[in-house]
Amino acid sequence: MYGWIFRHLPGPLWVRIIVSILLIAGAVLLLLQFVFPWLSQFNPLTDSTIGTIE
Amino acid sequence: MADAVNSAVPGRRRRRKSSGRRSPVQVVVQVIGELLITLGLVALLFVGWELWWTNIESNQKQEEALTSLFEEFELPAAAPSASPEANSGEENNDDAEPPVLDKPEYGETFAVVYVPRFGKDHARPVTSGVGVDVLDSLGLGHYPGTQMPGEVGNFAVAGHRQTHGQVLDLIHTLVPGDKIYVQTKDGYYTYTFRNNHIVMPDRVDVIAPVPTKPEAEPTERYLTMTACNPRYGATERIIAYAVMESWQPMSEGPPAEIAERVAEYAAAPAGSGS
Repeated sequence: MYGWIFRHLPGPLWVRIIVSILLIAGAVLLLLQFVFPWLSQFNPLTDSTIGTIE
Repeated sequence: MADAVNSAVPGRRRRRKSSGRRSPVQVVVQVIGELLITLGLVALLFVGWELWWTNIESNQKQEEALTSLFEEFELPAAAPSASPEANSGEENNDDAEPPVLDKPEYGETFAVVYVPRFGKDHARPVTSGVGVDVLDSLGLGHYPGTQMPGEVGNFAVAGHRQTHGQVLDLIHTLVPGDKIYVQTKDGYYTYTFRNNHIVMPDRVDVIAPVPTKPEAEPTERYLTMTACNPRYGATERIIAYAVMESWQPMSEGPPAEIAERVAEYAAAPAGSGS
């Protein structure tokens, strides 16, 4: 899958390497900024309150 | 040079041939495999984010909350570290009724908690509410149904033990007699730590006006802190109880033990971030 994506990126090799690094960085940023903060609320290991919260 | 050409061309040819020949099953297996590896890496990244990055992010937000809270405080113009003054103040106010803040809005930061046992630099903001949004970014959250600092009853706060600034990570290191200072715009309340208590998460009576005695009429001023237990887990809750022993108005300066920390914030209200 990743091989297929890499082969279908445009440009010479060095451009494709840079583009893939940017794509990975974008995916990581998306995870850190939006996905993980949302996922974190379902993590039962960080619950520090007593009883139920309204 | 001839070698280089020869080795380059068949290599490329071989790769094209092999990818063209792969059966659909091989393709599906490879895609699933790559997705599983990706999922594993994302899970590792999540652990790193949760245990490390949330602390950095949350500590920064708490520092910002502290500095903006200090801008609202009317600290005395003279050097607030005048400890003799602070000592005399403690004695003078033993009998006086301490001032009590009005209940703040949800999400409003209204107090600072200093626990010297957690480090001489320790200072954490207290914000109204124990929702995820408060606890995950602003540190200590005040249980809305409980009393305010200095009020007869129970001033109960919750905080993360791990992640998001791990504000109560060292809660198990408190020793009976340790001081816990709470600062509001009215002044400083000095609480003395009494004991730890490990309970199951449904024990709401630990934040009752008299902790663990929901029916009793309170006569003392309690401070209760709740965090998850064990560390890196949440099957139980660890509770720290403290009782108020004295208070002093802002004009008399901070108690000697936290004077240095208060002076730091007072001197750098523009948010030095350090």
